[in-house]
Amino acid sequence: MPRLSQWYVRAALIYLLVGFSLGALMLSNKGLNLHPLLWRLLPVHIELVLSGWILHLALGVAFWILPRFWEGPPRGNELGAQLAFVLLNLGLWLVALGSALGWSAGLLLVGRLSQAAAVLAFAAHAWPRIVPRQG
Amino acid sequence: MPTLTRWYIKTALLYLAASLVVGVVLAGARLGAWPAAGAGLSPVYFHLFMVGWVSQLIFGVIYWLFPRHSRQQPRGRSELGWSVFGLLNAGLLLRAVAEPLNATSPRSMWGWLLVISAVLQWAAGLLFVIQTWPRVHGGPRRRSSKS
Repeated sequence: MPRLSQWYVRAALIYLLVGFSLGALMLSNKGLNLHPLLWRLLPVHIELVLSGWILHLALGVAFWILPRFWEGPPRGNELGAQLAFVLLNLGLWLVALGSALGWSAGLLLVGRLSQAAAVLAFAAHAWPRIVPRQG
Repeated sequence: MPTLTRWYIKTALLYLAASLVVGVVLAGARLGAWPAAGAGLSPVYFHLFMVGWVSQLIFGVIYWLFPRHSRQQPRGRSELGWSVFGLLNAGLLLRAVAEPLNATSPRSMWGWLLVISAVLQWAAGLLFVIQTWPRVHGGPRRRSSKS
């Protein structure tokens, strides 16, 4: 597994653990009414599980297993995939914390733009690798 | 495909079907067909889908296809893998039962069942990360389970 995929997958595992922890806290709160403020964790929980766990894992595994090139660097230009990792994490935290702490709508917009840019950057990297066979 | 992965994937498919059935019940409740049945089912629907189907499918495929842990134990300790499977499903099924009950007739017993469900699923997530982490590496570098 290439180094960048290891970063993606390890981040995914960390997000899985933190996302599950927040989920467990909120489910316990539902049962025992621990504190009403705990419900503010819901958007963080959703963001950590969807963007953090599922998306990081999908992109990390895609970078690893998509067909490689015979000539030049085996995975082509990796810059898009590297940039995607940074932008995805930046966007995730802006959206998660912004939703929970009531930050301005502008910061939430920046977070969502960052996530969208991450996906575009990754797609730009992966597009030439989506071929019928190794090319 | 290892036995544990087959259990994961077949169980995931059952959860997918179950989540869609719950989706039908929720749609019926919204139409007024059985309004009481909808209480507490929305989060059950989401979690049967995201935990029962999506995450469980991923757990099974990761256990099967990720780089090997060691020559002696290519997928790590199998009892750890089975523990994750048991804890995850026990916790999720408990939630699917206790959450609607807690929503329709809140009692401390249902509340505590939700707490137990939360702990079981959290433990499954923790053990899954502990089991998978050593398998995220660059190649066949591990010759024995001690290295």
